[in-house]
Formats: sequence, C-alpha cells, structure tokens
Amino acid sequence: MNRQPSLLFRLFRHLVLMSGAMVMLMPFIWMLLTSVKPPDEIFSSELTLWPQHWYFIENYSEALTRIPLMKFLLNGIVVTATIFLCQVSIAVPVAYALAKMRFKGKKTLFAAVLFCLLIPPQAVSIPWYLLMYQFGWLDSYMALIAPFSISVFGIFLMRQFFMTIPNDLIYAARIDGFSELAIIWKVMLPTAMPALVSFGIFSIVAHWNDYFWPLIVLNSPDYYTPPLGLVNFRNDDTGNDYGPLMAAATIVITPLVGAFLLAQKRFIEGITLSGMK
Amino acid sequence: MNQSLSDVSPVLPRRTSRWRVYRGADQYERLLGWFLSLPATGLMLLFLIGPIAAVLLLSFTDWQLGMSAFEWIGLDNYAELFSDPTFWQSLKNTMIYVAIVVPGSVFLGLGAAMLIEAGKQGKSFYRAVYFLPVMATLIAMSIVWQVILHPDFGLLNLILKELGIAGPNWLQDSDLVLYVLCGIGIWQQVGFNLVLFISGLMSIPSHLYEAAEMDGASSAWDRFRLVTWPLLGPITLFVVVITSSKAFQVFDTVQVLTKGGPNKASEVLLYTIYTEAFEYFRTSYAAAITVVFLFFVLLLTLLKTRFLERKVHYS
Repeated sequence: MNRQPSLLFRLFRHLVLMSGAMVMLMPFIWMLLTSVKPPDEIFSSELTLWPQHWYFIENYSEALTRIPLMKFLLNGIVVTATIFLCQVSIAVPVAYALAKMRFKGKKTLFAAVLFCLLIPPQAVSIPWYLLMYQFGWLDSYMALIAPFSISVFGIFLMRQFFMTIPNDLIYAARIDGFSELAIIWKVMLPTAMPALVSFGIFSIVAHWNDYFWPLIVLNSPDYYTPPLGLVNFRNDDTGNDYGPLMAAATIVITPLVGAFLLAQKRFIEGITLSGMK
Repeated sequence: MNQSLSDVSPVLPRRTSRWRVYRGADQYERLLGWFLSLPATGLMLLFLIGPIAAVLLLSFTDWQLGMSAFEWIGLDNYAELFSDPTFWQSLKNTMIYVAIVVPGSVFLGLGAAMLIEAGKQGKSFYRAVYFLPVMATLIAMSIVWQVILHPDFGLLNLILKELGIAGPNWLQDSDLVLYVLCGIGIWQQVGFNLVLFISGLMSIPSHLYEAAEMDGASSAWDRFRLVTWPLLGPITLFVVVITSSKAFQVFDTVQVLTKGGPNKASEVLLYTIYTEAFEYFRTSYAAAITVVFLFFVLLLTLLKTRFLERKVHYS
C-alpha cells in the first residue's frame, strides 16, 4: 500500500466516497435549507433547492417562541450534567477499590458489575417505572436522573484504567500525607483524565439523545428534554409547519454536532466505547 | 496482581499510627474497600439486579399497574404471547430489520473504510461526514426524514418526479415502511462501523501486504482476500454482533415515524413492550415480552464477550 495509486483509482475513490458523503449529509442539508424557507416554498410541488426568499429570522424565532425550546435545552443540560456527575462520583471510588484494594467480596462485586454490563436499560424500564412511582418521582428531574446515577460501564472503564496506574504513585501520595479519599480524587482521577473524557462524551451523548426513558416517565412539558420537546412540537396542531420544525431540529442537534466537529477524535473514541459495553 | 497496597509498600504504612487504629492495615483496607463500594453496590442492587429479577418474576404473575394483589399464573403470559399474532409480527419485523441493517451497515462500513484508508486526501473529512449521523440526535433526524419522505412535498418524491417516477407514500405503505426504516437505520449505523473498521485496518502491519505481493498476490482483490479479510476477521465478528444488538433495540424511529403501523407493518419488539407496558399498562404481559427481548439481547452480548476475549487474547 506504499505505492502511489493510479490517477484513475484516486478519481474512483473520491467519486464513490463523495456520493456516499452526499447521502450522509443530505438530511442535514435539507434540514438547514428547509429551516430558512418560507411555507409556500416548502409546500411547493416544484423542486427548489435554494430558498428564493430567506425566512431565517421568522422560522427560528417561531421555533424559540412557540415552544419553550430554551427551557428544553436547559433541561437537557441539567439532566445530562447531573447524570454524569453522579456517575463519576459513584463509579470512581468503587473503581479504585476494585483496582487497588483488597477486601472481602471484591470478586463477587466485580462479577456483579460484569453481569450488569449485559443489561440493556430498556429491559428494566418496567421495574424502574414502578420504583419511580413508589418514590413519588414520576414526572420530575429525579425520574430522569436517578436510574442512570449508576453506570456499571463507568465502573468497568475506570477500573480498567486504574489497574494500569502504578502503585508507586499511590505510595508516593501516601508519603506526602494524602488520605485515601484525596488519593482517589487528586491523584487517580487526574491521571485517568483520558478515560474520564471518553466516558464523559459517551455518557453525555447517550443521555442527551435518549428518548425511551423520558418518554415513559414525563408528562408535563416543564421537564421535557430536547428530543421529547421536539416530538411534541411535531405532534402539535402546528407541527406541519416544517420551517420552524426544522429550525427547532437544527437548534437541538447543534450543541453536540458542534462539539463533535471541534473535537472529532475525542468524540469518535468516546462513542465507539459503547461498543465495548 | 492481588497484592494489597500496604504489604507491598517498602516504606509505608503498617506501622504508622493511623493504620493501627483499625487493628492493622488489612482491617483498615477492608473497611475502606467496603465503604468505597457501598454506594455503587446499593444502587446496582436497586436499579439493575433487583429490576432484572423483578421482570422475571413479574412475567409469571397476572399483576397490572394499580392492582393491590396478584396471583402466580405460571407460564400463562408466555402462552398468551405465543398465541398472539401481534407478538409474532413484531418478532418477525425485528428479525427482518436486523437481517437487513446488519449486513447493509457492515458491508457499507467496511467498503467505505477501505476506500478511505486506500488514499491520502480527505481522510478525516470523510470520516467526520460519515460519523455525523451517529452523533446527531436520532429523534431530530427522524423528524427530518419524515419531511424528506413526505409524499407530496418531500425531497425524495420531488426528485423522483423530476425523473418522471411517481413516488410512493413511503411511511404509509405497509409493503415499504419496514424497508424505509431499515434504510434510516443503515444511514445511522454506517459511520459507527466505519470507524471500528478503520481502527482495524490501521492495525494491519503494512509489511504483510509487501510480503503478500512478493509471494505473487498482485491484484487488489488478492491482497484483500489474503491479508485484509483474514486479519479483519475478529473485528468484523465484533462489529456484526454490536450492530445486531443495536438493531435489535430499534425504537426511536418507529415511535416517531410510524407508531408500528400501518397495520403493524413496522411493529418491533421494543415498541410492543412500550405500548403494552406504558400505554395499555398490561405490566406482567409486557414483562414476558421483555424476557423474550432480553433473551435475544443477552445471547448477542454473550457472543460479543466471547469475541472480545478472543481479540484481547490475540493482541
């Protein structure tokens, strides 16, 4: 593969990959174009790609005012951030214990973690719903956050990473007078930053995009996350107004897609991690 | 490997006073280990192990949400399930979906990965573009697809009209709808597989290609057949299993675009579970479908674990 491929092959490669790229991008392009078109151009039986009249301000302000889209985005940020913070603060100590300490029941605990890795969240949604009902948490932030506060995947990932950190680092910290808790948060965690970043991206993308669980536990729009808010906008009487709808869709996907374009490598690492799950 | 912190340390800490409070380091370490594991253990029991047991037990009862008492009814839920045409339709649709999305996204992902790696220009551009659908909120993109597939004003039918073809009503045609959803599923999954294949391709040492060429493998097909494919074998199996387990859990597009219709033509397992459990509140019956769903997902995940072990073993 060190040889320079022929010109013909290079053309062929770009031709095929570009056609594929067009298919991949087409929904994004159409979403953006539709979000700046006036209704009469959207509901026209003639194919027009480029908008004749720009309807950017109308559609986007409509999307932001007809539904509380900002509120949904804020909900999404609060929920994903809280979930990730809970996951880290619960997973990191146990991961440290599993990687570096000796105590009774450690093997059983790790076996339980491996077993729990096999459980898809949808399969336990019925008992989760009953629990939320029992706790009186249905239709609240608690319902969105609590079941995901434990991430066995996070425990597994951090444990694997902690295993590779040499014990000498821990002894050195002890000599410097660090307590065990300080060692976990001030020595181990900073060292494990790459793993933590990947896990963070994985967790945030998964929960920002989650639809199944919010759909089940939420009733009132006060707590809607962006996907739920978007579907509800579509289901409204006004949902056939494609311009504002596409504007809203654009706004919802922008934070993650923007972050992805800025830090592609990190994002790809973080998301393909889910395959290891 | 299982060495304790305290007994391998050359300097510390068995004899320091803080450790002696707990009658020696081992005791302290054990208590600390438990203390650190406690929150995670409790939550794991509450939200994962307990619920799995609960689903299994529920499926043998007649309990429904709101009932104060229940009876054990053995396998009655399963008997009802296996005589329910909706369940069979749902299982069949799910299998068709898996059988199309898996090969589709695996072969397209592999092909694109090989083409991307075969040249120098535009590598990261193509990778980013193909990965974009994996990143973007699927719910938002489903709504975009709905606009594109609109029978009268959608992009797809307008293009077909330019070509002189009358496009169908993609999401309302019971012969087509499942395949349309498969198409969206492939569109969304290709980038994920592509990235895994690229990392697999990059791990193939280039001297193997040179060696194959010296042995007379001159055509590109020979090099693929003799080097690339055998060495990608493990990662391909891995990708196939991941994609299958993802495809098995298809829900978002179905719920947003078709609600399982028309005429249950796009009813899939997870959607059936959702409607039975949270729209009709037939809790124990939905639990029985969940057990069937879980059976397939666990089967796939166990296969994956085997492949993963093998991959780790070889590396």
